[in-house]
Amino acid sequence: MLGFLVKTVRSTTISSPRRWRLSINAAVLTPSISRDFSSGHNVLPDGIDRTSDSFIQNSTKMESIMAQLQSRIRQRILDVAEGGGEEAVKRHRSRNKLLPRERIDQLLDSSSSFLELSQLAGYELYDEPLPSGGIITGIGPVHGKLCMFIANDATVKGGTYYPVTVKKHLRAQEIAANCRLPCIYLVDSGGAFLPKQAEVFPDKEHFGRVFYNESIMSSEGIPQIALVLGSCTAGGAYIPAMADESVMVKGNGTIFLAGPPLVKAATGEEVSSEDLGGADVHCKISGVSDYLAQDEPHALSIGRNIVKNLHTAGNEGMVNGFQCTISDYKEPVYDVNELRSIAPTDLKQSFDIRSIIARIVDGSEFDEFKQLYGTTLVTGFARIHGQPVGILGNNGVLFNESALKGTHFIELCSQRNIPLVFLQNITGFMVGSKSEANGIAKAGAKMVMAVSCAKVPKITIVVGASFGAGNYAMCGRAYNPDFMFFWPNAKIGVMGGPQAAGVMSQIEKSKVKKEGIQWSKEDDDKFKGKFIEAYDRESSAYYSTARLWDDGIIDPADTRKILGLCISASRNRPTQTTKFGVFRM
Amino acid sequence: MSITTMIHRKLNRKLHRNFNKQFIYTPFRLSSSSTNLTNTENSNRKIEKLLIANRGEIACRIMRTAKRLGIQTVAVYSDADRHSLHVKSADEAVRIGPPPARSSYLNSSSIIEAAVRTGAQAIHPGYGFLSENADFAQLCEKEGFTFVGPPASAIREMGDKSASKRIMGAAGVPLVPGYHGHEQDINIMKSEADKIGYPILIKPTHGGGGKGMRIVESPKEFVDSFLGAQREAAASFGVNTILLEKYITRPRHIEVQVFGDKQGNVVYLYERDCSVQRRHQKIIEEAPAPDILSDFRTRLGQAAVSAAKAVGYHNAGTVEFIVDTLSGEFYFMEMNTRLQVEHPVTEMIVGQDLVEWQIRVANGESLPLDQAQIPLSGHAFEARIYAENVSRGFLPATGVLQYYHPLPVSPTVRVETGVEEGDTVSMHYDPMIAKLVVWGENRAAALVKLKDSLSKFQVAGLPTNIGFLYKLANHRAFANSELETHFIDQYKDDLLATPKDSASAEAAYDAAKHSAALLAACICEKERTLLKKSPPGGLPVWYTHPPFRLNHHATRTIELEWENEYHDNTSEHLTLSIDYMPNGNYLIKMGENSFNHLEATVTHLGDHDFRVEADGISKNVNLASYVMDQTEHFHIWHGSDHHHHFKQKLGLDLLDNLETHDHRHRESASHPPGTVAAPMSGLVVKILVKDGMKVEEGQPMLVMEAMKMEHVIKAPSSGIVSGLQVTLGQQVSDNSVLFNVKAA
Repeated sequence: MLGFLVKTVRSTTISSPRRWRLSINAAVLTPSISRDFSSGHNVLPDGIDRTSDSFIQNSTKMESIMAQLQSRIRQRILDVAEGGGEEAVKRHRSRNKLLPRERIDQLLDSSSSFLELSQLAGYELYDEPLPSGGIITGIGPVHGKLCMFIANDATVKGGTYYPVTVKKHLRAQEIAANCRLPCIYLVDSGGAFLPKQAEVFPDKEHFGRVFYNESIMSSEGIPQIALVLGSCTAGGAYIPAMADESVMVKGNGTIFLAGPPLVKAATGEEVSSEDLGGADVHCKISGVSDYLAQDEPHALSIGRNIVKNLHTAGNEGMVNGFQCTISDYKEPVYDVNELRSIAPTDLKQSFDIRSIIARIVDGSEFDEFKQLYGTTLVTGFARIHGQPVGILGNNGVLFNESALKGTHFIELCSQRNIPLVFLQNITGFMVGSKSEANGIAKAGAKMVMAVSCAKVPKITIVVGASFGAGNYAMCGRAYNPDFMFFWPNAKIGVMGGPQAAGVMSQIEKSKVKKEGIQWSKEDDDKFKGKFIEAYDRESSAYYSTARLWDDGIIDPADTRKILGLCISASRNRPTQTTKFGVFRM
Repeated sequence: MSITTMIHRKLNRKLHRNFNKQFIYTPFRLSSSSTNLTNTENSNRKIEKLLIANRGEIACRIMRTAKRLGIQTVAVYSDADRHSLHVKSADEAVRIGPPPARSSYLNSSSIIEAAVRTGAQAIHPGYGFLSENADFAQLCEKEGFTFVGPPASAIREMGDKSASKRIMGAAGVPLVPGYHGHEQDINIMKSEADKIGYPILIKPTHGGGGKGMRIVESPKEFVDSFLGAQREAAASFGVNTILLEKYITRPRHIEVQVFGDKQGNVVYLYERDCSVQRRHQKIIEEAPAPDILSDFRTRLGQAAVSAAKAVGYHNAGTVEFIVDTLSGEFYFMEMNTRLQVEHPVTEMIVGQDLVEWQIRVANGESLPLDQAQIPLSGHAFEARIYAENVSRGFLPATGVLQYYHPLPVSPTVRVETGVEEGDTVSMHYDPMIAKLVVWGENRAAALVKLKDSLSKFQVAGLPTNIGFLYKLANHRAFANSELETHFIDQYKDDLLATPKDSASAEAAYDAAKHSAALLAACICEKERTLLKKSPPGGLPVWYTHPPFRLNHHATRTIELEWENEYHDNTSEHLTLSIDYMPNGNYLIKMGENSFNHLEATVTHLGDHDFRVEADGISKNVNLASYVMDQTEHFHIWHGSDHHHHFKQKLGLDLLDNLETHDHRHRESASHPPGTVAAPMSGLVVKILVKDGMKVEEGQPMLVMEAMKMEHVIKAPSSGIVSGLQVTLGQQVSDNSVLFNVKAA
């Protein structure tokens, strides 16, 4: 019930679509002003007034948000001294091992892009730091074939699996399975993190699922390749064992169900780890591994070669049923870096989502669908890096008409195999008696049904607010978008902190009043303050990304690039036919 | 003097003045010279088809003139030259035998047969090979072919160095004190040497080009040197007679170009200074000789004309003099009865095409100009670009011209070459790649042009002397014309040695690092244009520039080995890290301290050409790359004197997971201590030791012959010889193991 409850912040401005349009804040220009810019009739106007106070204030705020993101990434992720710890990195390197991102760089095609996922997983999640959740995942091309990389970071807790590590591993496999991407496991892990075994081992979506996924993907013809660059102990041993092909590095790579200490304890046998499960043993005697590499660079080249020889996988779904891409596409007319200033920092302020669309689509060209109807949801067709997309973006709360328009548009795109991009900035569906009487719940249900059932690639970018049922209708995490990213300014929650605090204080006040106790203004403020504080913390993009409620926080200026990569990756799978359920009419 | 001659002289003076303003390398002016034809000989048989009994640049050079004159050309080639430029340039080409010169370019009967088969009327011998073989000249004439060269009698007389000196002495041409007798007994020779006084120069009476020559500093070296010279003379010229001469300590080598016609006229076309030599072979020649008085020039010229007349000379010839810089005396050394390698420098200062003169004289025409008409304008240099190992004592090198981009030619810059990219410089013939010839208003202007041209002459794939020539051209003593034949020896510390003081070593290292940084940027940019053109897997979005990384930027590491060309066999390992900047630039970082980060903006102009802006300076950068022996080689040229060679190990054999892996890949690098390897490819002509023999350090062990030069392989240390792996007459390749010397 709460999901559909929206406390409007400036009720006057959203009392009707028409009035809302008139009261769009000063930062937004009317479309007619910059028409001159356009080379075609469908080129979007600039949409921003760089001299307005609100624009300048917003830019200043975003600057500090971006600086914060950069420093967090630098300090916690990239600066290895802070990341896995200087000592651990030094030890790691002394064994002639590369760091996981370096390993991936060597596997990737030279000068190619890499879409890293959930970079800030595990951020401030545990008592101890766990940079990137102790595992690096992402997508990139090898010999022109897109692959999913899953690389343990042995400098972080010996590459052991924390709960979030498992979650991140499984999410990567889920994307790989969705997009039919060959998986390359760069194994260097001590297995499950034993102190947290209860959160890692037993449940359905725990460690065992890793191998289940490997089996299922392999059975579906999605290649599974393991490069054993370090230890693969206990459960970890199954990663290469389950793989279609595996490579081991002489000296560094070991695979065994139980390490030398456990063997000694169990059977009294004294054996070195190399003799127990080294590359020689497994490549020559046991057959657990297939290729013996002299050193790590050699292993990585063998890995590249394995992908080169994957003749069946990878490309089979390409262009399948989708309109072909245009190779000679135009960049947007406007500077994509301005997205850093446009990103809304004050979610109460509305702005025109078209100013964002103008900075992510080819040539800023956008063919709007049903422009004059249900105007709080902007829908239309465009291309991103030459690839056709259907875009849904919020320009305010969802009304009946907007939801119906959205449903219609999703149906269109599903029918035509056009990938969907959701630009979320949504506080929810319109509330109030008029709205309820109009059947807003029915309209919302239709859109949720359409989003759920659409089998085309779906990518969600949360550019501002992601509150309430709006999150559902705009393809939140529960609706299986192929990819979902947050801008650093974005917020997610069942509702805004102040709204929730308001609701709760209403309930609390009436309860207290029944008991005949005075409820002072101070009591109210204190009660609300605590609530708001918790909501603020838990609705931040960092809180979300640390727990893998999304696939990462991105620089707004990178949105176009990332969408291009995501669409390309999700088009790797064959077309699926969409079948909708029963729409409530 | 006839009226026509006077008109002609006026014309010529006018031409000469224009000539000074703007030199244009115009081959001989037909209109003006035709007035000078006396047409005494009834030359109804003009050359219409010319066979060139040579190869390489000179064959190409001769063909160029022949073509301009409407004369058809016939090339001859050995099996090694089947696809070479001189064959492609000719109207017809005839195979004359297997690669060794003895069986092909020195095989008179095959060449005559080729002329018969193709219907050529004349044979041009070029230089080297049969050019100074009197028998061949005679054979040509006997078989009814015009020999484009001097009469056989003159070749014979001048070819015998002892005889020629006698004739010269009789004609009043000054001679160096020496022994030119027929008596070749070693003891007599030794006593003659003692009479003349050391140092003594031992020289084969036949041949030239420094082959077989030896300088003997003291009596105890005499016997070894004498025998070596005899052997080399026999191998090269088939005659092993030797003459002795006083060795002049600070000599200049100045030679005079002469030309005679069949009517008995002889002129001189001024002199060339060829003092700068290594291994007794010229590498930079210039004309006219700097710092000589015009009176001296006239005396030299007249002496040369007298020398030519004394043997009834016609066609092109060169009279070589040795000028004692201490006394200012000049002595006759020898006469080369052919067109010489360095003839272009003369052509540049007189504005004439000497090959055309040769053909016209051979046709029986009179000399186109008389002595007074011959202009002297400006100054010209020729630099000979060789495939050779400068650091290994200029040993000839062989290999493939993986990249060959000589600079563009112009009226004042000539590149005489007989090779193309992809050609092999083999061990069968002279390893000269090209001649770079430049002209300027005066010596200083020509020198500026020479330096600029050398810096733009790009060759990769085998070692060359270009860097050395560049250093030489930049040496202050060279700029000051302090020329003498020991020039290179005298300044070898400046020209050859690795930077001795740490400051210049550091500077060289910094320059290499800067080049490596530019190279890295160019490698990235080249890759980018390639990926843009054809993105792998049809996935352009994954190969955009800069490569995408989430919330950071892509970096890559490039590992290079810098080949320090003056440090033989040494290479410095460089690790470069490149950041792809959001604006598309490359930020290159290297190691720690001294190297500042370099941010480069690169534009790929075409195949090998880039424009790079770094540190506020934008400049052209050229890049060559090729793969050889599992290694990618990169050459980079930029700025005036930056040419660096880098290597990059290619990945290991991908599926090579055999045990031997490590072993194989690490072995090739160097031989164990005590191993003696061949310094170049060549033929084993003498083995002086046996397995188990005890040798002293520096003791000669075996003698190899390559490019018709003998090279003595000496013991690297005292010890016992073992593992002798070669036999007499065996062909060995560069760096192959010959034997070991183990400490006793």
